[in-house]
Formats: sequence, structure tokens, C-alpha cells
Amino acid sequence: MSDSAIYQPGDTVRVRVDSPPGHYRTPDYVKGKTGRVVALCGVFRNPESLGHGGSGLPAKPLYTVEFPQADVWDGYTGPESDKVLVDVYEHWLDPA
Amino acid sequence: MTRVHDRGGWPTDESIDRADHAHADWELRVDALHQVLGRKGLRSTDEMRRAIESLPPEEYESIGYYERWTAALEILLVEKGILTTEEIDRKMAQLDQ
Amino acid sequence: MSDVQEGHEHPEDSAELSYYAQRAQAIEALLEEKGLCTPEEVQQAVNTVESRSPADGARVVARAWVDPGFKQRLLADPRSAVEEMGYILPDANTQLAVLENTEDVHYLVVCTLCSCYPRNLLGRPPDWYKSLAYRSRAVIDPRGVMAEFGLELPGEMEVRVMDSTADMRYLVLPRRPAGTEGLSEEALARLVNRDSMIGVTDPFIPQAVASA
Repeated sequence: MSDSAIYQPGDTVRVRVDSPPGHYRTPDYVKGKTGRVVALCGVFRNPESLGHGGSGLPAKPLYTVEFPQADVWDGYTGPESDKVLVDVYEHWLDPA
Repeated sequence: MTRVHDRGGWPTDESIDRADHAHADWELRVDALHQVLGRKGLRSTDEMRRAIESLPPEEYESIGYYERWTAALEILLVEKGILTTEEIDRKMAQLDQ
Repeated sequence: MSDVQEGHEHPEDSAELSYYAQRAQAIEALLEEKGLCTPEEVQQAVNTVESRSPADGARVVARAWVDPGFKQRLLADPRSAVEEMGYILPDANTQLAVLENTEDVHYLVVCTLCSCYPRNLLGRPPDWYKSLAYRSRAVIDPRGVMAEFGLELPGEMEVRVMDSTADMRYLVLPRRPAGTEGLSEEALARLVNRDSMIGVTDPFIPQAVASA
């Protein structure tokens, strides 16, 4: 299933800044942020289609992407090594 | 556009209430009903999330967890033409007798 | 979430049941009348969810603590590993994933968009997990949240917040408490509390170790 996936663990990616109408699963706080792909979770039917009664096809690769907390939140008070990880579908990611 | 369900990092200093409430029978059943209808292909998890997200923000924030599930179930069943709002109103009045 | 029981100020409220409770009952009754479901099917689904609890996850964690081979399989292929223990995960649309806490790294799980949780293994999520306060704060202030639960982590430990936004359902494999080398798998399982499998706390420390 990884044949169709564009990114590999270790790749640097930027989350798209977009607010499409309808249902989607990318949280606002990582939009525009640069992170590192930790894992390819698999290929899953697209919730943006499923949420509106569609087939969810074509299925989309889903990645776990980690972001340094200090890059995500202004004034993050914890150590620099702290991270937040988010599962993001491939069509929300650009190479960075 | 701010989406009311997208809560990560929303400013709040509210402490986390760690008390668990005992689930009422209707809460268990509306949860179960979602699953039963899901297995029959009458609704999906993503549709349910989308319906919950479509609630007016003040309603999303003020009602309880399974109340949101109930509101979402009604939205989906009406949208799919399985039930009508009037029909649910009538049944509710009838059960209240 | 305490607001569940506080009712809702709808004029239709009866003394016993809130507006939404009555609404839910009306919807179920209509679906049954139309033959789209039966009361037995609904009850069976209630029973299935109620049959799972954090004790099931605790057994899995304790097995991973005592059996390195099982732990490897659990991290690599969680679904198959828990099936070895007799836990069949019915939902084929989601995947179970396991995050291992170590001396250097501590995982904490949240779902900021809704309430994704490994229900197939742990049962229903706690009310606080679904609360707006936890969903808001866990990503931006994880150390503050853990401190509220009584867990203060050293600065050199990396805190990794996992926001469960999609199809993965995350179980934290907590660290085995020090001083538990002599305990049986069953005794170890009793140390694994629900909140430690979400990552907001560590497992219990056994009395004998705590008082030593």
C-alpha cells in the first residue's frame, strides 16, 4: 500500500493552509506548520467524501507528522524537545 | 472560518473535571443505535462527525456529549429521508403521555 | 462531562428526562416501528460496548511488560497481538496503534476534533477525555494537564502529544513501575489504571514499593 504514498518517514512537510467547506480532519493549529513525517499509517478512505455520504474513494495515504511544540504555539513554556504529533492525509501536505 | 469542534489550543484556563458520570440508559442506547445503523450502512462515523460539526456553535458548546450524538442522528436521518422532524415531534409527545 | 446531566432548558423538559433523552427515545421507537432496527439489536450493541473496560487494556499492558516477544508484536502489529489474547477488534475501519513510554519519551493522547479513543479495547472514554477543556489544553499545555492529574515530568523527558485526528486509535504502553520485578502478570495488570493508558498519569506504584 505504500507504493502510492509520496512521502517517507523522515521527510519534511508543510501542512496546507486551507479551509474547504464541509468536513475535514486537519486541525487548524498545524495549518501552515512544518513538520517531519514519522510514519505512514496506511491508506484510508477519504473522510472529506465519507462525511457527505460519498464513497471515500480514492483512498488517501495517512501520515503521522511530528511538529516541535515551540513552532506550533507562541510562548510554549515546555522544553524545546517537546512535540505534538498529528495524523494528516497526504493531500493536506506539501514538501518543505 | 473558526470551526467550533476544532478545539486544539483554544484559550481556556478551565481545569479538567475528572469526575465520571454514570451513563443514563438513553445515552447507552443512542450510542448503540449509531453503531447498529452504521453496520446496516444507514450512517457512517464521518457523516456523524460532520453532522455534529454542523450544530450551531452555542449549541455544540452547551449540550452534553450524547446530546450532540442525538442531534446528529436526527440531522442524518432527516437528511436521508428516513424520518421527518414532525414525525419525531409527534412520537416524542406521544411517549411523554 | 458534567453538563450531560444538567439538562437543557427546553420547555418540553419533563421532570425525569431531558429534551434530548426524550428525542433519542422517540428516534429509536420510530426506527423500530419502521423495521430498521430491533430493541434486541440495540441492547446487544450496548452489551458489546459495556463488555470492554480498561481492565482489558491493563491485561495487554501487563503481558507486554513480562513478555518481550509479545511487546514487540504489540508494537509492530497491535491488532494481531491483542487477538492472541482473545480480544477481537470489530471495527475494521480503524487501526489500533501502540505508543511506548520510555525513560526518555512520554506520550499523551488526545482527540482535539472529537473523541477518538480505542473503545474496542478500553471501552468508553472517560468524561474528561471528551471535555472541551481537555481537548483544548492537552495539545498546548500537556505538562500543565498532566500536573493536574498528579504527574510532573522532568524537563529532560520529551513529551509527545498524539492528536488522534483520523483512523488510528492510540493506546499508550506505560512504563513499568520500578520495584515490580517480583510481581505476577495478574498483579502487574492491577497497577495499570485507565488514565495511564491515555498518558495523563503513570501506572500505580504498588503499596509495598511506595512505603519502602
